[in-house]
Amino acid sequence: MKQDKKTILIVDDSELNRALLADMLADSFDIVEAENGVEAMGILHDRELEISLMLLDIVMPEMDGFEVLAAMNNLGYIKTIPVIIISAEVGGVYIDRAYDLGAIDYISRPFDERTVKHRVTSNFMLTLKHKEMSEMLSSQIYEKEKDNRLMIEILSHIVEFRNGESGLHVLHVHAITEMLLNELMKQTDKYRLSNKDLRLIANASALHDIGKITIPSEILNKPGRFTREEFEVMKTHTTEGAKMLDDIPFRQNELLIKYSYEICRWHHERYDGRGYPDGLKGDAIPISAQVVSMADVYDALTAKRCYKDPFPPEVAVDMILNGECGEFNPVLLDCLKAIAESLKAELELLSIGNVTDNGIDSTVKEILMSDAPEVTNRSLKLLERERMRYKFLSDISSEITFEYIPVPEMIKLPDWISESLGIPSKILNPSANKEWCAIFKKEDFTQFLDKLKNTTPENPVVVDKYLLTIGGEKKWNKIIAKVMWGESEKPEFEGAIGKIMDINDETVALEDMEEKANKDFKTGLFNLQAAKKIINDRLSEKKGKRYALAVFDLDNFKRANDDYGHLFGDEVINEVANRIKKNIRSNDIGARMGGDEFILFMEYNLGVKRQIERIFNKLTGDYKGFYIGVSMGVACAESDSDYDMLFKKADTAMYAVKRNKKCSYRLYDDSLKSLLNSSDGE
Amino acid sequence: MTIQECYDVIGGNYGDIVSRLRTEERIARFLIKVADDKSFDLLKTSLEERNMEEAFRAAHTLKGICLNLSLTRLYESASKLTEILRGRKDYGDDITPLYEKVKADYELAVENINKLR
Repeated sequence: MKQDKKTILIVDDSELNRALLADMLADSFDIVEAENGVEAMGILHDRELEISLMLLDIVMPEMDGFEVLAAMNNLGYIKTIPVIIISAEVGGVYIDRAYDLGAIDYISRPFDERTVKHRVTSNFMLTLKHKEMSEMLSSQIYEKEKDNRLMIEILSHIVEFRNGESGLHVLHVHAITEMLLNELMKQTDKYRLSNKDLRLIANASALHDIGKITIPSEILNKPGRFTREEFEVMKTHTTEGAKMLDDIPFRQNELLIKYSYEICRWHHERYDGRGYPDGLKGDAIPISAQVVSMADVYDALTAKRCYKDPFPPEVAVDMILNGECGEFNPVLLDCLKAIAESLKAELELLSIGNVTDNGIDSTVKEILMSDAPEVTNRSLKLLERERMRYKFLSDISSEITFEYIPVPEMIKLPDWISESLGIPSKILNPSANKEWCAIFKKEDFTQFLDKLKNTTPENPVVVDKYLLTIGGEKKWNKIIAKVMWGESEKPEFEGAIGKIMDINDETVALEDMEEKANKDFKTGLFNLQAAKKIINDRLSEKKGKRYALAVFDLDNFKRANDDYGHLFGDEVINEVANRIKKNIRSNDIGARMGGDEFILFMEYNLGVKRQIERIFNKLTGDYKGFYIGVSMGVACAESDSDYDMLFKKADTAMYAVKRNKKCSYRLYDDSLKSLLNSSDGE
Repeated sequence: MTIQECYDVIGGNYGDIVSRLRTEERIARFLIKVADDKSFDLLKTSLEERNMEEAFRAAHTLKGICLNLSLTRLYESASKLTEILRGRKDYGDDITPLYEKVKADYELAVENINKLR
């Protein structure tokens, strides 16, 4: 693997100082420079994994060195990136404070090439060593464990292969031993075994029959019963196996060998002293051998052998409990009873498919693939590629992409966007930044941030429309943003990424259409449908406001058409519409229902009558020799009024006017109640 | 003019700089950077605008640069100015003579460094 140069981040507001340090270190390191704390935090945010060490000045504009250290503590960078303080400040307080905040060393000015190089390199090596050592240690422990198991499995498979067994026996004995041991630890503390002991015994269990390698295969694989002599030979697999382990040079103190020896030699001993080879009795038989012995018997009973069919698990347990396979430690018998059910399930699972081969296979693969640095470099490269792709895509679309980082609070924009907007690419504390608020109004931005913070990890996307000022023009934009929630149990807000899209043209077109749909084509007043909706909305939320609805049509309108022609009729309608528009307030609603019928809806304070009279007078009057007369009925909204109700009352009042003398107005009152329903038909 | 002569004229410590930066080539390169550095200009305008915080930072930077290049005389005057500006809120007459000294030292330094180009 190529040894890449490690990267150092130099943070100093003086370009000359940066250049000097870079010059001194360029031989051995790649250098990244930042001229203030904000820039440094931006670089750390993007390239945390690349930066191996940081040289940090204290006195800087924007965000000073202490603030950078504090932020690095907040974000956890301080644990992975060693920081060396550089400053002409020599006060002890300064140094103490920097150390308190996690800086690991201090270089004072003036810079001396040898000192700088030495400090940087040694601190770098120290952290690197520390990191590597802890990685190495954990990986070695892991590897060793893996290797052990692998070697044991290979060895025991050789034995089984020669024995003509399926290969599952070792695996089963391992699993049963493990379960029995765990249960044993629950039931008694008589046998003082650590977790490590338990693991080693389970691993060593695989070796219980290695002595069989010394047994001639005609005896080993004999299908029928053994003769007495043959059985005597067969019995020697215990002592032979133990002897093999005993003969391993220099390894006598290894716990694994000790347990393996016990298991090999004594896994055919019985609790009552009637086993072989040594006839040990009770707890004179090491517990490791006792457990494996039971595991061995159980699996032999439940497995198919050339000389017998398998017993069902329940039967096997009964046989062992009844002492049909020799006597066992009573505590272990209790353990077997306790785990009988789960044991059955576990072994069924292990018997499916070619588990053993797969096991070894995946172990080997894991060992081959566990070259950690390679993996890290690869992910870095992938990340870089992803970043380039993203940049390209956002470059060719005209969308504004942005990133919001909460600590230190900033907005980050791609370079090309910050250039075209004429604002910096990193905007610190955006809600207080003039340039940013000139684009995104402060209230809107704050509201947007609230929305981001109110999302959840399950539902982290915010979509909304905002009026932004881009390039001096106010335009409608759609913002889509995704919040980054941390992965801990209590997810933390880690910022957001998003894009801003210009939807002004669409929005304006849409509003235009909406407006058109609401308006009466001829007069520009509201049409009936739109008016009805608005009126009902206002009535339902009126909150103590008083409203009146007026309905009117034009007197003798038919004559205007007949005497002056249809075009003149249209002119009259337009004239009335204009008089309405001119004389109602912006919140009042004027609508044309169709033909020469109009409605007005307005709020009133004290006298509704005076208000109506004023409007009435403005509407009536001469137009090019034709006298526009109006018959108007008015109804005041009560607490439960809706449009239909109001309209009925006003309409009734209007007909009362028409019956009398025309060209007048009348408020609906209870005296008209009897007409209310009869007017339906007119 | 050699670099050593330049240091002698502007009141720098040639022995010190050589021991720290090791090569004449590097010393010359960074001396020229000092002449191009904008910290003094920033100091000047900040004082004119009575932006005391910015003035402090500029003086501080200038001091750091001089220290790095063993420009002892300018370092000392910049140092005194830095200390009087530290934490200052308002301009005062006590600042003027210290600034004038920095200005004189700075101009002498730049004038001679420019001869090395």
